[in-house]
Amino acid sequence: MDALDVARWQFGVTTVYHFLFVPLTIGLSVLVAILQTLWRRTGNERYLKLTKFYGKLFLINFAMGVVTGIVQEFQFGMNWSDYSRFVGDIFGAPLAIEALVAFFLESTFIGLWIFGWDRLPPRLHLASIWAAAIGTNLSAYFILAANSFMQNPVGYRINPDTGRAELTDFLAVLTNKVALITFPHTLAGSFLVAGSLVLTVGLWHVMRHPDSADTSTYRFATRFGAWVVMTSTALVLITGDIQGKIMTQVQPMKMAAAEGLYTTESPASFSVLTIGSLDGSRELFAIKIPYLLSYLGTGDPHGTVHGINDLQAQYASQYGAGSYTPIIPVTYWSFRFMVGFGLAAAAIALLILWAQRKGRTPTSRWLLRAGLILPVLPLLANSFGWIFTEMGRQPWIVFGEMLTRDGVSRSVSLTEVLTSFTAFTLVYATLAVIECKLLIRYARAGVPDVTPTPVTDDTDDTERPLAFAY
Amino acid sequence: MDLTTIWFLLVAVLFTGYFILEGFDFGVGMLLPVLGRDDRERRVLINTIGPVWDGNEVWLITAVGAMFAAFPEWYATLLSGFYLPMLLILLALIARGVAFEYRHKRPEAQWKHRWDTAIVVGSLVPAILWGVAFANILRGVPLDADHEYAGGLFNLLNPYALLGGATTAALFLTHGAVFIALKTTGDIRQRAGVLAVRLGAGTTAVTVAFLAWTLTIRASAAAVVLAAGAALALLGGLAAARVRREGWAFTGTAAAIGLAVATLFAALFPTVLPSTLDPAGTLTATNAAATPYTLTIMSWVAVLFTPIVLAYQGWTYWVFRKRIGVANIPRH
Repeated sequence: MDALDVARWQFGVTTVYHFLFVPLTIGLSVLVAILQTLWRRTGNERYLKLTKFYGKLFLINFAMGVVTGIVQEFQFGMNWSDYSRFVGDIFGAPLAIEALVAFFLESTFIGLWIFGWDRLPPRLHLASIWAAAIGTNLSAYFILAANSFMQNPVGYRINPDTGRAELTDFLAVLTNKVALITFPHTLAGSFLVAGSLVLTVGLWHVMRHPDSADTSTYRFATRFGAWVVMTSTALVLITGDIQGKIMTQVQPMKMAAAEGLYTTESPASFSVLTIGSLDGSRELFAIKIPYLLSYLGTGDPHGTVHGINDLQAQYASQYGAGSYTPIIPVTYWSFRFMVGFGLAAAAIALLILWAQRKGRTPTSRWLLRAGLILPVLPLLANSFGWIFTEMGRQPWIVFGEMLTRDGVSRSVSLTEVLTSFTAFTLVYATLAVIECKLLIRYARAGVPDVTPTPVTDDTDDTERPLAFAY
Repeated sequence: MDLTTIWFLLVAVLFTGYFILEGFDFGVGMLLPVLGRDDRERRVLINTIGPVWDGNEVWLITAVGAMFAAFPEWYATLLSGFYLPMLLILLALIARGVAFEYRHKRPEAQWKHRWDTAIVVGSLVPAILWGVAFANILRGVPLDADHEYAGGLFNLLNPYALLGGATTAALFLTHGAVFIALKTTGDIRQRAGVLAVRLGAGTTAVTVAFLAWTLTIRASAAAVVLAAGAALALLGGLAAARVRREGWAFTGTAAAIGLAVATLFAALFPTVLPSTLDPAGTLTATNAAATPYTLTIMSWVAVLFTPIVLAYQGWTYWVFRKRIGVANIPRH
């Protein structure tokens, strides 16, 4: 074990952890904004109840996304300083723009929304949650543009004097085809998470308290969440399909690693699962769908998909001797887990929607159990998606330009990285437990009473309680 | 003025803004057990910064992002070199950020007490360590010819840097007390005003000592003027606090922090991180800079968006301009 390994584990742990909260922030900010808009448009109190209810869950989650995000920005400099020196001219710009354009918008208007219920005119208050939601979603674009440069570097040159990458075309970086497709794919995946949470919480209340006065409110939430899940699943599949084809063009090794395809095939089949010998050299059992990998990669069922061995030989001659192959079991299974957990979530949502058809109240205990694990599934799908895309890029930190092992900080010792890795892991684990307990507590508590407190004339304005206080 | 100078100024402005803004919310955090005698009083204190602390922290994210984009070498060397202080700052910011949001989410006294501790420690640690870090930036650290940090943790814990840490902590404490006096009513307001004055002598002493020491290490005409301005602003602010002119007192401490940070940047320019080991390792606004193309694009982005950001963030302070007191804290 050396500092490089620990730095990689730290990046993996802190990034996957950060992205447990981010999808919910991205999706739920918009869903809460929609609920509040429905309330403003219709005057129906149930939308106000849901706005406040899901708004509270949103904020419990939001705090975690914010604080774990700061770590990400610092981590490039702390653990990956040689990477930062190499790509800083390109990579720093989207990060700075993300902060200036997106994070200020998000943080300022979230503050206005939380504390502004009685301070802002209703229209401005509604505009605040939309501004925060737009800020959140914009931030995803800039950070994905930065990440896409690592997958498919564009708009740069290598300065022969310094050996560093230099920006030559910023528009090319922002319109990187990987970024343009990863952005909607990530957003759709995030709405899948948010929709699942809205659905699950609604379903739990519908099934546990079917006679409550708020049942129709929860029933609406369940349907709303289910439709969000169905729509986002469709978008995840469409964008994922396009993404696979782009990936096959720009990172063919990643596509080969997704299937564990060692030799070039045309047509290539896709295996649903493979059980190999322990050393991974022989295939013992596999379920295969013919033509599917060719279609996923090229759009043509008879298309050629390059195998790992051929690509390895090609890269070795192009970049010099060495291994250019990711860890195949990791890429193979993370790809399947991503797809599998995502589809499972959609299937459960569909079942619940069916069980609620024409005003029925679902009663099956199994359905409730399935509903309760539902939000975990798209979270796992998101995590495995990121593990796949980042592990599939290895051994490169910037594809074709810099190896991960060359990007690590030379001046940082193993003890230092171990200290930070341990500290983040412990703090993050503790916070995860606290956050989950709080989410469950507030999800169970149900929608709040929204009857406005009567304002009596003898109450001095300066003495009136705040509509919201920490 | 060339692009690297403009970006040096912008990074300086962003850090200055960060310390002025988060300075008072660090101060409020540190003073939580001092000025908040019971739960309702502590809630008053937290709610004075409730709507704004997150936006204040984005100044840091933007400052560091701007540093990464405009001076990648500076960003890379600084964060990898100052590894453990940066780690502690991050852990502290995590703890306090979550604490603000979660503290009131359960009624148990023990739950609240734990988060209060997180707020106090989470505010105190960065208040000290930012001073330590910036003092070391000014003093210089051992860098090799590749601009890699060649020292250890103890290179960062020198007397000058520790005085820097004491200075930022003292300034933020005073700034926080003045801010609380400005934003609250009743008993808390009185106590905060008295505390600000009582902290004044000590804060002035460490600040003047630190700035004087700074000017003996590295100085320029601008730095001397700014340092004198910082001392005067602090004295003016404290004088205003004594006569309960809270708005002026806050203006004074804000200006003192701003001018003190500006002093460091003015003394530093055009160097951004001096090397005490190999002179070739010294990072300057020129050798640490990104290409002119990147700087030009970033300049346009800054020109377009900074006024908008300042406008809506300023407006937030206007929306939440009212003082609050225990009567405004809801029962639940």
